[in-house]
Amino acid sequence: MFKFIGRRAVFAAVTILIVSAVVFAIFSFLPFDPASLTCGQRCTDQIVEANRIRLGFDKPIYEQYWLFLSGIFAGRTYGSGSAAFTCPAPSFGYSFNENACVTDMIREALPITISLAVGALILWLIVGIGLGIVAAKFKNRWPDTSSSVFVLLATSLPTFVTGLALLIWVSIKWKWVPLSLQGYTSLFDNPFKFIEYFILPWITLAIAYAAIYTRFTRAALLETLGEDYIRTARAKGVGERVVFFKHTLRAVLAPLITLAGLDFAGLIGGAIITETIFNLPGLGRLTLRSVYEFDLSVVLATTILAAVVVIVMNLIVDMLYAVLDPRVRIT
Amino acid sequence: MSELLRIEDLHVSFKTDDGMVRAVDGVSLTLNAGETVAIVGESGSGKTVTSLSVMGLHKKGQAQISGSISLSDHGVFKDVVNLNDEEIRDIRGRAVSMIFQDPMSSLHPYYKIGNQLAEGYLVHNPGKKKEAMARAIEMLDLVGIPEPAKRAKEFPHQFSGGMRQRVMIAMALMNEPQILIADEPTTALDVTVQAQILALLSKLKKEFNMGILLITHDLGVVAQVADRVNVMYAGRIVEEGPVDDIFYSPLAPYTLGLLKSVPRVSKNNERLKAIPGQPPSLINLPVGCPFAPRCEYKQHSTESGCNTTRPELLGTSPTHRSRCHVPEKLRNELFAAELKELQA
Repeated sequence: MFKFIGRRAVFAAVTILIVSAVVFAIFSFLPFDPASLTCGQRCTDQIVEANRIRLGFDKPIYEQYWLFLSGIFAGRTYGSGSAAFTCPAPSFGYSFNENACVTDMIREALPITISLAVGALILWLIVGIGLGIVAAKFKNRWPDTSSSVFVLLATSLPTFVTGLALLIWVSIKWKWVPLSLQGYTSLFDNPFKFIEYFILPWITLAIAYAAIYTRFTRAALLETLGEDYIRTARAKGVGERVVFFKHTLRAVLAPLITLAGLDFAGLIGGAIITETIFNLPGLGRLTLRSVYEFDLSVVLATTILAAVVVIVMNLIVDMLYAVLDPRVRIT
Repeated sequence: MSELLRIEDLHVSFKTDDGMVRAVDGVSLTLNAGETVAIVGESGSGKTVTSLSVMGLHKKGQAQISGSISLSDHGVFKDVVNLNDEEIRDIRGRAVSMIFQDPMSSLHPYYKIGNQLAEGYLVHNPGKKKEAMARAIEMLDLVGIPEPAKRAKEFPHQFSGGMRQRVMIAMALMNEPQILIADEPTTALDVTVQAQILALLSKLKKEFNMGILLITHDLGVVAQVADRVNVMYAGRIVEEGPVDDIFYSPLAPYTLGLLKSVPRVSKNNERLKAIPGQPPSLINLPVGCPFAPRCEYKQHSTESGCNTTRPELLGTSPTHRSRCHVPEKLRNELFAAELKELQA
């Protein structure tokens, strides 16, 4: 077990290094001068050159990459003298546009994205698996048919449509939930406000995913119900309810958890559309804004962060799978 | 000998998009305590459908069942066809148990062997957890699994195919049922393991004074363990009789065809004698004898009944009966010559 984790951790570290190098290289080869972006309307060559030296763009790429990496562990100071700006370790760069350390910007955005993703995950697991169970249990009867109508609608409606619809009706017309303008409140400070703030974004994200999970759960349950070991359970005299909720559901759990882990990882990278619609200052919106503004150090950091989350979640899912499925042995 | 199971005029049909499939078409048979009755036939002949009917394991609304399946629940006879879900569930695993063809897929991959066995006991004896586990270990020991207490804590994938079939047998016997249905119990196993499993079944049959209904397509297995044999073709029994009669003086042309198609080591230079043609579709059975299109002896029929009427299950001996339009005396002569050739 520990051997497995150790080996996978080494793999993960190498993968992350490669991802960061590739992302770094792509940004370095973009056909424009990053230093010129740091200059406003009244730009002179002197300012551009000064910024170039201050931000380290004058150095060769490999040295820039090295400075970036060492900054993560040792922190980094940009410029010198009175204009010096220090980002303590772990430093993922400096955003000229915001005049802030990228690490601090991510630190602010991350709780919002995590709250959004975790809440949505819980919601879609409950709805998706629940509907899937109902659909499988009442196969080809009206509950199944209605759930497939939901699946069809939810998968064909893009998030920006469901999100905007919720915003317009629930928030603006019916005024059930206030517009989330007052800013983010932590769950631990005020749980009620927290839920009020996130409920519509959660629903928006959950609808899209719940549809996929409904379909997946239904199909997996029906497939498992045809397995020989389910017939064996019936032959023992086990009642239909236990056959379904114990023997069948248990077999579906492992693949469901895998799917959920990977989908969750994808969301941490930022639910760009949902965050934009509901004005949530999370990672997705941070990335989007940075792309628009060519704030490359932020884009670099968020891209690497997304890759790290996916890699780590993969590791967790693999370990969970070994716990859930006795046939899987991790060595 | 006390009777445990009496199936009378059982019809099972399934609705499909192409029409009604008559999988079982008027099957009658009996099973007594202490004996092994075999149902032999090729795939699709209705043997598994018959056995699933006894367990009441057909899906609701899919199968249409008529006739009667009178089954002894430790002395009290119940008609499975007319029981409700809860009553059938109560019988399963307690009065009648079943072991299946593929032990690889018949055990739940996520639960420990001991728990899977104990569950079968707990279903019929709720709350007795300790007893259930003790009984599970006892049964594992009985079917010849070494270190049963340790192996009970293992998962199915840690067992070999033969061991898993032993586990299946142990599971079937948790509540000491009087009737055991074995649906191709050795088909998925190596030949050496097959012999072990068959010997085990015979031993347990004596120990528990059970009746075993053995479903198989393997005549070798039949010869080894069966007392009486029912040969099925196209959903009907075409010949029934004691095992020796079936092997030494078969009466149905189909049975003879099966015997001829068994590979023999002594005749390794010869081609296998397969029965020509295919079994008929169970949706549109021919009007006459279902075997007529493949039958070599059709021309010996006195009237031309083979193509127009279905033969009845008849015989000069009350225990050995068959369905054929060719007069029994003539068949005896014709088949005797063929059998001599076979045994040579």
